[in-house]
Parts: sequence; C-alpha cells; structure tokens
Amino acid sequence: MTLPAQDTATSVLFGRLSWDSFPFHEPIVLVTFIVVMLGGAALLAAITWFRLWGYLWTEWFTSVDHKKIGIMYMILGIVMLLRGFSDAIMMRLQQAMAFGGSEGYLNAHHYDQIFTAHGVIMIFFVAMPFITGLMNYIVPLQIGARDVSFPFLNNFSFWMTAGGAVIIMMSLFIGEFSTAGWLAMPPLSGPASSPGVGVDYYIWGLQIAGVGTTLSGINLLVTIIKMRAPGMSMMRMPIFTWTALCTNVLIVASFPVLTAVLVLMTLDRYIGTHFFTNDAGGNPMMYVNLIWIWGHPEVYILILPCFGIFSEITSAFSGKRLFGYTSMVYATVTITILSYLVWLHHFFTMGSGASVNSFFGITTMIISIPTGAKLFNWLFTMYHGRIRFELPMMWTLAFMITFTVGGMTGVLLAVPPADFVLHNSLFLIAHFHNVIIGGVVFGAFAGMTFWFPKAFGFSLNEFWGKISFWFWVTGYWCAFTPLYVLGLMGVTRRTRVFDDPSLQIWFLIAAFGAALIAVGIAAFLIQIAVSIRDRAQNRDLTGDPWQGRTLEWATSSPPPDYNFAFTPIVHDIDAWHDMKVHGYERPAADFKAIHMPRNTGAGVIIAALSVACGFGLIWYIWWLAALGFVGILATAIAHTFNTDRDFHIPAKTVAQTEAARTQLLTRGA
Amino acid sequence: MTDDVRSFHADEEPHHPEGHSTMLGFWIYLMSDCLIFAVLFAVYAVLGRSYAGGPGPRELFDLSLVAVNTSMLLLSSITYGFAMLEMARDRVKPMVVWLIITGLFGAVFLGIEIYEFNHLIHEGAGPQSSAFLSSFFALVGTHGLHVTFGILWLITLLVQVGRFGLTDFNKRRLMCLSLFWHFLDVIWIGVFTFVYLMGLI
Repeated sequence: MTLPAQDTATSVLFGRLSWDSFPFHEPIVLVTFIVVMLGGAALLAAITWFRLWGYLWTEWFTSVDHKKIGIMYMILGIVMLLRGFSDAIMMRLQQAMAFGGSEGYLNAHHYDQIFTAHGVIMIFFVAMPFITGLMNYIVPLQIGARDVSFPFLNNFSFWMTAGGAVIIMMSLFIGEFSTAGWLAMPPLSGPASSPGVGVDYYIWGLQIAGVGTTLSGINLLVTIIKMRAPGMSMMRMPIFTWTALCTNVLIVASFPVLTAVLVLMTLDRYIGTHFFTNDAGGNPMMYVNLIWIWGHPEVYILILPCFGIFSEITSAFSGKRLFGYTSMVYATVTITILSYLVWLHHFFTMGSGASVNSFFGITTMIISIPTGAKLFNWLFTMYHGRIRFELPMMWTLAFMITFTVGGMTGVLLAVPPADFVLHNSLFLIAHFHNVIIGGVVFGAFAGMTFWFPKAFGFSLNEFWGKISFWFWVTGYWCAFTPLYVLGLMGVTRRTRVFDDPSLQIWFLIAAFGAALIAVGIAAFLIQIAVSIRDRAQNRDLTGDPWQGRTLEWATSSPPPDYNFAFTPIVHDIDAWHDMKVHGYERPAADFKAIHMPRNTGAGVIIAALSVACGFGLIWYIWWLAALGFVGILATAIAHTFNTDRDFHIPAKTVAQTEAARTQLLTRGA
Repeated sequence: MTDDVRSFHADEEPHHPEGHSTMLGFWIYLMSDCLIFAVLFAVYAVLGRSYAGGPGPRELFDLSLVAVNTSMLLLSSITYGFAMLEMARDRVKPMVVWLIITGLFGAVFLGIEIYEFNHLIHEGAGPQSSAFLSSFFALVGTHGLHVTFGILWLITLLVQVGRFGLTDFNKRRLMCLSLFWHFLDVIWIGVFTFVYLMGLI
C-alpha cells in the first residue's frame, strides 16, 4: 500500500489513515462492510429500542460473575467462528475455481489476507474463547467455589480478549490485514516486505488479547489451587478441572513467550532494530524458534480441556465412574510437560541437523503414548457401560474416531525424513484440521450441548443438534480427506491458482465438504434459536438433566449468583454422584448471608482504551496512542482507589432463592 | 461405606480471608514475567556477539558506571526490606520514609540508565546499529521499564497509605510490590553478570 502525500497537519491528526484506507475499491469487502454496518446498526437500534443498554451494562458487561463472563466468552467465540468460517469458505471457493487459466475471484493480496485472518481468528478468537469460556463457567462450579480468585481480573481478561477481536475485525474495513500467514514469519512480516498496516493489526490485536489470556490463565490457576471445596484433594478433582489446571499452567508458561517475541518484532518494525532481519546480525530463524516455543504448547492449551470434556461426558453417558482416573491425571500431566519438548518438529526442514531432528521427532512420537492411554481409558469407561447415545456422547464418539486418525498422521509427520516431503504441504493442513476440528471444535460442541442446560435452565433441541452433528462430521471428512491426498501428491499450502487440471476434482470435493460444514453451522444456530423458542418444554428443573457426577450438577440450572447456598464437602472423586448415592438432602433452612464481589466497569473501560491505543499505534496516530496509554494507567490507578468491591447477599434472599428451587424440584419430580 | 453418615455441606463458610490468594497469584504473575526476561536473555545469548562490524561491549560499556548503578538498585532492595520490617511493626511513618528512599534509589538507577542509553545513542551505538545492540537495549530497557512502573506503583501506594492508612489491603499491595522490586533486583543481577561482566571478559 503506497501512502499518498499528505500535509503535516493531517498526518499528525490521522497518521497513515486516509480515505484510501477504506475498501471502496474492493467490491467484495465493500459489500461485506455495508452488510455488517447495516446489521450492526440494526442490532444497536434494537438494543436502544428495547432499552437494553442499562441491563447489558449492569448485568453483563460489568459483571464479575464467572458464569456470565463464561457465557460472554462463548458468544465471542461463536461470532468469530462465523467470521473465520467465511474466510474458510472463500478459500475453498477460490481453490476450487482457479484452474485452467482461471485466476479465481480473489486477487493475491486479498487471498493472502484471508488465509492469514482465518488462522489467526480460528485459533485466537474462536478456539481460545471457547476453551476459556467453558473453563470459566465450569471450573468454579466443579470445585464448589462461589467465583474465581480474582473476579475483577476475570472481567478485565474477557474484555481484553474481546478488544483484540475488535482490532482484528477493524482490519477488514479499515486498511488491510496481514498477508504473512498466521504466525507472521519474518522477514516476510518485516517492514521491507510488509510495509502496510496488516502486520501491525496482527501484532496489536494479539498483544491486547494476549494480556487477557495470560491474566485469565493466572486467575484460573490460582482458583483451582486455592478455592477447592473442603475435602477435594488434588486427586479428587474432576478430570475437566485437572485438564483446566494443566492448560492454565501452559498458558502462564507460554503466552509470555508470545508477548516477548511480538514485542521484538514490533521493535523491528517500528524503530528498525535487528532481531529478525537478514542484515546487521539479525536472525529470522530465532523468530521461528521462539514463536513455536509458544505455538506448540498452544495446541495443547486447546486440546487438554477438550480431553477433560470428553472424559466427563463419557463417564456421565456410560453411567460409570471414569476408567483409570489416576492414569488420566498422569497422562494429562505428562502431555503438559512433553508439550514443551517438541516445538522443533514444526521446522525440521530449517536445518538443525540429524541429531536435533531425531530428538524432537522421538519426543513428538512419545506424546502419542499418554494420548493413547487416554483413548483406552475412554473405551474402557464405555465397556460394559449403559451408554446413552445423546448429543454430547455422539460428539465424543465422533471425536474418538476423527482425532485418532489425526493423531496417526501426526506421528507420521513426526518422522523427520517424511516431514521433509510433507512440510508445508496440504497434508499438514489436513493433519492439524483433523486434530483441531476433530478435537477442539467437536469438544467445544460437546461441551456446549452438555453444559447448555446447566447455564440456561433448558436443554438444546435434539433434532437440529443431530443435523448439525452429522453435517459437521461428514463435512469435516469430506473437506479434509482430499487435502491429505493432495498433500501426498505434493500440493503446497496457501496456493492461490493451479496449473494441473487433474487436481481440480479434489478441490471440488473439499469445497463441497466446506458447504456441508456451513450447513452444520447454520443448523447449530437454528438449534439455539429453536431451543430458546421452545424453552418452556425443555426446562431442566432438576439441575441434573444427564445424571451427572460432578459438583456443577448439584446446584440448580442456571445456578444462583452464589453457586452453592452452602459450600459442599467432598468425599470422593465423583462428588455429586457420591452425594446422590448417600441420599444427600438439600439443606432447607439456616441460610447465611453470602459474601460476593461487586461489579465494576473498570475492565470494559481499560480494554476500550487499549483498543484506542492499539489503533493509534497501528496507524501511527501517536496522540491517540499516547492518550490511550495514559488513560489505561489513569483508569487502573483510579480503580485501586475503589474500596467498594464486595457486598453480602442477605440470608433472606438466599432462603427465597433456595425455596424457589425446592418448588421447582417438586414440580420436576 | 454405605452406612456411614457423611456431611455434604459446610454449615459455616470455609474461611477465605479477603485476598487470601493474592500472593500466590502475584507469584505466578512474576514467574510469567520472568519468562519474558528469559526470552530476552536467550535472544541476547544468541545475538550478543553479532556486532555487524560495529562496536562491541569492550568499546561501549563503562563498568564503573554500571557498578554504581547496580549498587543503587541493590541498596533500594535493602531499603525496601527495611520498609517491610517497619510495616510488620505497624509503624507507618518510618515505613513511608524507607519507601521514599527506595523510590529515590530507583529513580537514580533509572537516571543513570537513561544517561547510559543517551550516551550510547549519541556515540552512534543505538539499538538500530547491530543485533547485539538491539538485544542489549531490549533486555536492559525492558528491565528499566519495569523499574519505571515499580516507581509509579510505589507513588500510588504512598498516596494510598496516606489516604487509607495501613489497611490489610495496602499491606498486601506493599507485599506484592516488595516481591516485584526484589524480583527486578534478581533480574538485574542476571543482566549485570551476563551482559556487562561477561561482555568485558
């Protein structure tokens, strides 16, 4: 992007921003822009018309309740899934069309932005919010706590993640996004090859979201260590909480590396240092090393909680205690440690030599052992169980089959000589979609259907859920199996046009698969709408719709603000199951006032100022960046002077809430 | 196992004193911060000899200046320790005095560092000159930024103590800042050893 000559006054005021930054010349983006603007205006008008701003602000945006924050994370993930999937379907369409001299419908600059945005959005703003949202909602309930350790920090973390998403979304309509791939490898992402604002959008979007992720990692880690109900020793924690613990250890131990490496890249781009340049002693290979030291643990950050979800579901829907609880815990911990010892397998071809490559190839293969142990644990849990094939269980079974194939192609890629052939090919693309869709996406859907009744008090529609399930699963296989084939034939990733017409059929099949997934996503949205419409019929009055085994099912659906009227005492691994077996009776009297944290708007304000600061830095609007930064400091300091941080829910209110639940329970019985 | 009477809920709220997990949380935060420094040290280890034909540590570093600087930071850690001892005895005034002295030592440290940076840049040895200098400025500068925020935080806490007194809230915050301050000291010892001393060997 070349910048027009501007007079100094405008450039002081607007930095690099000018009318040319808006997508008037790109019809596809322009139409999207208009549609989004109209949709956004309609949404804002509706909120204003129904006078919802006050409600949203006091009940949701400023809420420090881990349950509401968890739901907001899930909504963010679903919204961003639509954006990330639009990118996916555009790529599939382009690759299916661009044969026989056709250029397709996307120019190279636009196509490169799309594959970059797809990767960034799907990992950082779909998968991460889904995982963080589920952990936020479920972990405090599973450990019998009233909230997380640092409720304000939790709200702040969410808004920083949302702020990062806002920055990334802005790039669609103001300027451009990065064209350097989802990890922005230099020197391609350096100032010489990427002079525009794209990489800067990438940097600041991820930095702002990264603050949120790191803080939420610390928060959940401390919550799990410090806030467990009496009697819940480490080896009595539910498996989902265990996997959440390990994931948050990984977050705390890997996101700072991402922060640091992005700072160094920022310095290269903004002040001309020589960390990752080809001249003056810089070393681009160091960027590759550092980014993957974060990047590999990141994939385990995503998958471990999904393993936890599948464990909970398998045991609940088999009506049995999880087979091999202890081995499951050790497998999780082993994976956590090993995930730090494999990063180099992402760049065997960079030339570290045979011994180094062999070491990392072997550690990579070793990871499949604890993972395999987990799979056998799930199989043995099902063995002789009374399996109920309901939606969460169906997602779990689809995961077991799909993920195992993905795991096997992963072991194949772990063999360095094979990797030299398959590196950067569509085989790799097929592999990681196989594990991320088959593991993380299926896990998120399994978790959402499993815990939806807990969060909202009514269950999701079965019919549309099954439609969504079958279209997702067949769609996945139809979309990505051809990519395995193409990869073995040597087709490289991120290619925009093709010469060999014999390849086209595979891309057509893949595009058809993407269309099936589109139906799956649509069916999921319809499922939510239909479930809300029919909620009266699908009420969960018991709080325990699936015969659950862990503490989140001991409270009502949706749980009261304080989660549990009395803090539960734990005697066994499956605490709620144990309570049911021993004829537990809900306390009906002697309620006490409950101490709760108070809502605050500081998180929203600081995140909004961070977005302003980031926008200023991206566009070289220095006054805005400075103002935003000073604003962040001032708000943070002002917040420390706010002493009105907690309140008590009076015993009378607790008694009323609990009495209402007793009524519901008798109605349900 | 079937007939034993089990209590399944606590009649009394398990006592979680306000902020009981703050220290653990702050420790974990410090460890994550430590990883940022670990990356910067690693980058310095890789790039620290890439002078790109420009000046190296021998030509640039003034060890006596750095020694003075180091002693400023170490002394500030000691005085922070004295402040914490006074806090333990609930003596606000001496605590505040020690904290102000700590802040002043920190400010002198920063002043010397800024002088050093300024001097290097004027000699044509700025962060753009070579990968060695890029990684030097990034590592030392990040530490300096931390000290800056520490001083800002210290001033905020002095105002807080002046306004609300030595509440549990403020004691906890002063403890966190104490950890932060000593942590920066430890990082600086690493910088002093690996960057300055080893650079001059």
